[in-house]
Amino acid sequence: MKNVIGRIHSTESFGSVDGPGIRFVVFMQGCVLRCQYCHNPDTWKVNEGIEVTADEILSEALSYKPFMDASGGGLTVSGGEPLMQIPFLIELFTKCKEQGIHTTIDTSGGVFSGEPHFIERFETLLQVTDLVLLDLKQINNLKHQQLTGKTNDHILQMARFLSSHKQDMWIRHVLVPGISDDEDDLQELGDFIATLKHVKKVEILPYHTMGVYKWEKLGLVYPLQDVQPPSSESIKQAEKYLRVESYN
Amino acid sequence: MEKWKGFQGNVWKEEIDVRDFILTNYSLYEGDEAFLEGPTEATQFLWNQVMALAKLERERGGVLDMDTRIVSTITSHDPGYLDKDEEKIVGLQTDKPFKRSLQPFGGIRMAEVSAKAYGYEIDKEISSIFRDWRKTHNQGVFDAYTDEMRKARRSGIITGLPDSYGRGRIIGDYRRVALYGVDRLIAEKQKDLRNTGLRSMSDDVIRAREELNEQIRALQDLKQMAQSYGFDISEPASTAQEAFQWLYFGYLAAIKEQNGAAMSLGRTSTFLDIYVERDLNEGRITEKEAQEIVDHFIIKLRMVQFARTPEYNELFSGDPTWVTESIGGVSEDGRALVTKNSFRFLHTLTNLGPAPEPNLTVLWSKRLPKAFKRYCAKMSIESSAIQYENDDIMRPEWGDDYGIACCVSAMRIGKQMQFFGARANLAKTLLYAINGGKDEKSKVQVGPNYEPITSDVLDYDEVMEKYDQMMEWLAGLYLNTLNVIHYMHDKYSYERLEMALHDTEILRTMATGIAGLSVAADSLSAIKYAVVTPIRDENGIAVDFNITGDFPKYGNNDDRVDRIAVDLVKRFMTKVKKHPAYRGAKHTTSVLTITSNVVYGKKTGTTPDGRKAGEPFAPGANPMHGRDTKGALASLSSVAKIPYSYSLDGISNTFSIIPSALGKSPEDQYQNLVGMLDGYVMKKGHHLNVNVFRRETLLDAMEHPEQYPQLTIRVSGYAVNFIKLTREQQLDVIHRTMHAMM
Repeated sequence: MKNVIGRIHSTESFGSVDGPGIRFVVFMQGCVLRCQYCHNPDTWKVNEGIEVTADEILSEALSYKPFMDASGGGLTVSGGEPLMQIPFLIELFTKCKEQGIHTTIDTSGGVFSGEPHFIERFETLLQVTDLVLLDLKQINNLKHQQLTGKTNDHILQMARFLSSHKQDMWIRHVLVPGISDDEDDLQELGDFIATLKHVKKVEILPYHTMGVYKWEKLGLVYPLQDVQPPSSESIKQAEKYLRVESYN
Repeated sequence: MEKWKGFQGNVWKEEIDVRDFILTNYSLYEGDEAFLEGPTEATQFLWNQVMALAKLERERGGVLDMDTRIVSTITSHDPGYLDKDEEKIVGLQTDKPFKRSLQPFGGIRMAEVSAKAYGYEIDKEISSIFRDWRKTHNQGVFDAYTDEMRKARRSGIITGLPDSYGRGRIIGDYRRVALYGVDRLIAEKQKDLRNTGLRSMSDDVIRAREELNEQIRALQDLKQMAQSYGFDISEPASTAQEAFQWLYFGYLAAIKEQNGAAMSLGRTSTFLDIYVERDLNEGRITEKEAQEIVDHFIIKLRMVQFARTPEYNELFSGDPTWVTESIGGVSEDGRALVTKNSFRFLHTLTNLGPAPEPNLTVLWSKRLPKAFKRYCAKMSIESSAIQYENDDIMRPEWGDDYGIACCVSAMRIGKQMQFFGARANLAKTLLYAINGGKDEKSKVQVGPNYEPITSDVLDYDEVMEKYDQMMEWLAGLYLNTLNVIHYMHDKYSYERLEMALHDTEILRTMATGIAGLSVAADSLSAIKYAVVTPIRDENGIAVDFNITGDFPKYGNNDDRVDRIAVDLVKRFMTKVKKHPAYRGAKHTTSVLTITSNVVYGKKTGTTPDGRKAGEPFAPGANPMHGRDTKGALASLSSVAKIPYSYSLDGISNTFSIIPSALGKSPEDQYQNLVGMLDGYVMKKGHHLNVNVFRRETLLDAMEHPEQYPQLTIRVSGYAVNFIKLTREQQLDVIHRTMHAMM
């Protein structure tokens, strides 16, 4: 597994919200989902972005090691959908672990499959992964399909898989008024999360509009034109349904 | 001695050695901020009074009152008070609060213009004394300046020179007044005087003897001034309140005689804590009373003012005094120098609200106690009023009892001073290299008449060769200009009181400085990695540049360009060192531009990096606005590459971030800010200003200044009151890289 080429969109040297501490965030290029509220639609297409080697990313990450060490941080791959490039992640994370860098995957689980070929590679990856940030966007399958273009079966399957593989994870839920804030759905989602083990944190990510300009730049029509960020009241409600407190 | 009862150690008793006193007697505090007390009624009463006066001053156009008849000396004014009965610490620069003193020794013209700008007129007799009879520093300098120096000054290739105002950046060891009392200090100086020169009357011996006598007279005046407030400070202070008061009198005497660009306080909090601890242990005061003394002391420091011209304020942004106080750090034997007073000083930002002065500076080390680090981060996020400097790289150079003068200049307290040298404009120098020494704005031949570059496309090697020659010329001219300035400042505006609070034998540094580093580095990167074609005017001077292709930009942790920036600093410093400095001073340089980056930018034509004529430079060692695209740590990492050993007068970096980009919960934010500071220090970054605010807040403050009387922001090396900035500077601050991330 030498010199696997990764395709990335960009990097952010000071990530403070995608995992613990200060994180070097690598935004991978390419995604299978087409979420209506995506704030990085510029990472969708698989054939765009910049080609990099794991060593290039590692050497940049290493230059931020003092910051990571001091804050309990590390490296996070986000996207896009990082799990579309598992061989690259395996190489990158293996090297990170050799250097004592904490590794995190920020994923929607959209490409998870039970195929032996996928599972084999995924298990290898988990061996060098400290934390998975898993987005559960919508527990209601029909609504999930409307929102993302795909069903959520394999995503929930992945959550269970991580649970049975003793993988530390944070569950995240983007709260979008009218799309993913229905009380019954939230209740059900909370129940589902409660069946999982090794969940270290549950986070509500309030929907924001800071990515809308990217849609316009890409010449795309933003589907949630009139949706406003949720009120702090409804965030609190959602936190209650998902039992956020009990995971901290 | 009764006044030293309870203090340990002997070395400091036998010789003047404040450091030894601190290390033998201070109490390390590793706990958190829970012990802190809120403001007393008296504190609130006094602070409201100050706020009301500040409001009135703003309404009157920036100055409330100004002395036009009495030349300020240590003893020139009757005592002044806010409220004599309520003040725990007394003493004002003049006989009334918010009345600015008249200080013409730096230059009478500056004093006259300052007065006139605010509708005052200097008394005719005073004017004539200083114009006709008593020469000032300013006149002395211009008597000695060469034509070349005048031209370079006018064009702005060297700029901000302290040739018409006080140089400042000297820190008296004001702690000595409290620890030893003035009589002992006088006796020591008299001893030194007796030991200086024995029929060997060379220039330096004559000067030394004259200066020592000046110092002794200043100390006698200091006693007299304190006496007028009803205090006999000939003996050491015997209580905490006295220690604060004695120390403040020392500082007050300094600012009564010197309107220096930066009048910094030193490193006083841990020293003073020893007195507070003694009083607390003996039941003489309560924590509430201890905080009250600190608050009242800080109120006085917040009230320090000078009469200055609007142009001066434009250059330096706002109305700064740089009453810098250095807090924390670690001793050479590895103990954190953090005490409860370190917390109490920072706590004034809560008790009195945020303020730009005193310029609270935390000497950061990886080894500071956890709880203190967290508290600093918390206060930074709440007030944006703290700057951080890397104790771990300064301690090996300057020991463990240095303080910061102005923004980033470290000096051993009472053992070292600097000759402040403002800065040379490296961006403009690059244009001179391209244009054969002709100024791109005035078209005057300012630099040497070297061959200009005439090719269509700029060639990196050719540009570097010519740039190197032009820098060689500039370094020589610059250093020699500074020699003239400081010779004359010593002669006509000697800091007798501040120097009386120094050892007689001291280290002097000649502190040069660089402006436009990021512009110059990016320009060279553009020339090297893209295709840069000059557009020349009818005089053949390059006034614009076409840039084709992309190029690496400083601020993205990209060695291709960061190495250019490092090379520029090393190259410049190496050239400066070739020229002997006045009084055997050690050469240093800084990468620091305060917010004069706006003014320097105005004076500089379009540069090959794509910056248009007149646009501001980045402040200090910051990357240019908007060019750092890889996030905050990439930007910090680029700046951290500038080697401190070549830039011993400091490398300033201003960092602004919105709160949510630091983390989700307040605890996350504290942890990440601490992590950022620890990481920056480990990467050997030198200085960091931390601003945590929302862009909307600043925009609103521009429109409704009256609602933000205390909004404080940090700009290259010090803090300012945002609403006192010019609109142009406010916009510059808002456009400056705000680190935000989703």
